[in-house]
Amino acid sequence: MSDHGDFIIAAFAITAAVVALMLGAIVRDHRALKRALAKFPPRGEGDGR
Amino acid sequence: MLKYANPTFFLRLVAAVLPWLWAATILTLGVGLYMTFLTAPADYQQGETVRIMYIHVPAAWLSMFIYMVMTLSALGTLVWRHPLADASQQAAAPLGAGFTFICLVTGSLWGKPMWGTWWVWDARLTSVLVLFLIYLGLIALWNTIEEPLMAARASAILTLVGVVNIPIIKFSVDWWNTLHQPASVLRMGGPALHPSMLWPLLVMALGASLLFVCLHLMGVRNEILRRRLRRLSYLAAEAADHVLEPQTEAGA
Repeated sequence: MSDHGDFIIAAFAITAAVVALMLGAIVRDHRALKRALAKFPPRGEGDGR
Repeated sequence: MLKYANPTFFLRLVAAVLPWLWAATILTLGVGLYMTFLTAPADYQQGETVRIMYIHVPAAWLSMFIYMVMTLSALGTLVWRHPLADASQQAAAPLGAGFTFICLVTGSLWGKPMWGTWWVWDARLTSVLVLFLIYLGLIALWNTIEEPLMAARASAILTLVGVVNIPIIKFSVDWWNTLHQPASVLRMGGPALHPSMLWPLLVMALGASLLFVCLHLMGVRNEILRRRLRRLSYLAAEAADHVLEPQTEAGA
């Protein structure tokens, strides 16, 4: 990977960072929602709205 | 079909299929990366730089595919008013923005050594930038309007208006004289790529698509939980009001 190796590495690194950012945001949001829902007493499985 | 579109059933389905989907995604992307760096040859003109294609092209395909998913979801919101449709739309917008950003940045990193410039205002690049701005506009719209049903309808209408950009992106390289190369895979007469480059590209595209499916399912699950939380908070506030009312009457 001699020619323009830095461009190739930058492209793959930025892609990995953006994917990690998207996944991290979704996981963090999920944990926050689960924590907030746990404060309510358990109910029957209702609708999504 | 309606059974599968029920939010409660959907949550159970996601919990069951997500581990398998993640395993398939990691395996496919692992094989794709192996092929990208170890089996795919360097291009006779572009040299090693062609390896950027294996992330740029799947990201470009996904940026348009995600918008089509959002368009179908928008129709689901406006025509059938299904709760999963607007959850799907809301979850897809940030992912669409993310993959379009990857497409733009990797394209720029590929363009600099090949074209000698980071950016040109040609039809393909500009229409993809417009797509990115539409995604950002949709995310902003969701966050601006507080009432969820109104936000869903406004976003659905904007999504349907913005879909006109998708054929412009696809055919921009045929309709106008652009610096960007014409289609070399999805074109009349079959792919122009040699199989030694085509297969790694298709495996990476499959891996990226599976990654989107995983992230989208997780995002829709979050939206369902958010609506459940909103409903429970509303019911709790309403119950607290009922408890306070008799005390107020007794006080009066």
